[in-house]
Parts: sequence; C-alpha cells; structure tokens
Amino acid sequence: MHRTLSAISLLAVLLGAVLPAGAGAAEYVVVIEKMKFGPLPDTPRVGDTIVWQNNDIFRHTATATDKSFDIDLPPKSKASMTLSTAGNIAFLCRFHPGMKGVLEVAP
Amino acid sequence: MIRRTLMAGLFGLLLTGGALAQDAKPTDPQIAHIAYTAGQLDVAAAEQALGKSKNQEVLDFANLMKRDHAAVNEQALALVEKLGVTPEDNPISQALSTQAADKLAELDKLDGGAFDAAYVANEVAYHHAVNEALRTTLIPSAQNAELKALLETGLTLFTEHEQHAQHLAATVK
Repeated sequence: MHRTLSAISLLAVLLGAVLPAGAGAAEYVVVIEKMKFGPLPDTPRVGDTIVWQNNDIFRHTATATDKSFDIDLPPKSKASMTLSTAGNIAFLCRFHPGMKGVLEVAP
Repeated sequence: MIRRTLMAGLFGLLLTGGALAQDAKPTDPQIAHIAYTAGQLDVAAAEQALGKSKNQEVLDFANLMKRDHAAVNEQALALVEKLGVTPEDNPISQALSTQAADKLAELDKLDGGAFDAAYVANEVAYHHAVNEALRTTLIPSAQNAELKALLETGLTLFTEHEQHAQHLAATVK
C-alpha cells in the first residue's frame, strides 16, 4: 500500500516537472523558510498539485503523519506532488518535527 | 548535574561579563566567533558519536547534528565574508572549546549504551545552554540585521535539536 502511494507520489513528482497541471487542477507552492512551512492553500482539492519549495539551507521533508506522502527536500530544492485523497492531512518535517501543518483537502 | 555544570559555566561567563573585557555585551565579531565555535563543537561531538555508537537512532541524530550545524556554519562564514567581519576569538569561545574538549575525552572512555546515554544527555544540556545564551545574550546583542536573523533561525533549529535530544534521551537511558 505504502509502496503504491510512494510510486504515485514519485510519478507525480516526475510528471509535475514536465507537465502543466490538468484542466481545472490548480498548483500551489508551499514555501519552507527559516524552519517554518509558509502559508498553505485555503481550499486545495483532490487532483491539485502541491509544490514544496525548500528555501532553507537545511534538508527538510514534507511527511504525512498517515504516511500517504513523504517528500525529501534537500536544501534549496523543490518537489511536487498531486493530492490524491480528501481530508485533513497532517504533515511534518521528519528531521524537525516542530515544523508542521495540516492540508485540508476537499474532494 | 552535567547540565548544571555546563550551564553554570557558560552563564557565569555570559552574565557576569567578566570574560568579555569591560563590557558584558559581545560585539558582532565575537558573536560570530561564539556561534561558529558552538556549531563546530557540536559537529565534533557528532563525529565522535558516529565513530562510537551502534544505536541507529543515535547515529541518525548525530548525522542530523553534523548536517544542520555544518549548514549553519557555512552560512555564517558566507555572511561574515560578505560583511567583511573577521570573527574574533574571545573568552566565551575559549571556555566552550575547553569544556567540549573535556567532554570529548570523558565520552571517549565510554562504550555502548553508556556512551549513547552520556552523548545524548550532553547534547540536551549543550543545546539548552547554547539556546539560552542565544536568547538572552547573543541575539539581543547582535547589531547587524543579517547576523541577528541567522542567529534567530539558528535558535529555532537548535530548539528542535534540543527537543529531539530530549526524546532520544528517554530511549537510551
């Protein structure tokens, strides 16, 4: 199960880099800076893309506490993922778990 | 006990100001030197742990310390170069280095779980002492805005480290 989700996430990252978001789907950038996740999108929906942009000099991750995604973010890097499930998805940085947030994903 | 000794040492120096010439307030070149030294000392502690520990959680923690502190110090070096500031050695940096050398020697005699517990306990105490120094003395004293901002990000980062070390301390007792 986890492997499937990881594969989907990875695929999303790879596709996200080359393809524009599909019709009706939105792309949101979440900036990580000074050891904090910046503002989150108000109303993300399933199918939308989240771009995690790490502006810090530290390696971070964006990791769902339910393990539905786990994005490695080396210093000064970004990575995309497509939201695949609705609900309130809590996430944190595995290395600095005080950095956290909740994505409220609509269907 | 370890914590009390280390904090008493560091605070004694910072608060009495006896260590810093006439003035209790460190200058930016001194602050840069203290911050860089504190980082390097924790990298050295991490390297010792990476050579001695067999506990995966301790090794992961040590790798994180090495990576994060090296990153801050790289940024600090770039900043002082940009500002044309020469970090200035001072009694606080010297006291930190002396205490850290003693601790490395003490930990070197330990192995296995005893080493892990002592390393992690010292990481809790060390980060606590450095964070208090940042909060009460170094950040308020810093004049340059970019230096202050880097110290503030450092404080957020090292507070994470302190909490991480506290959690780890509960498992390596």
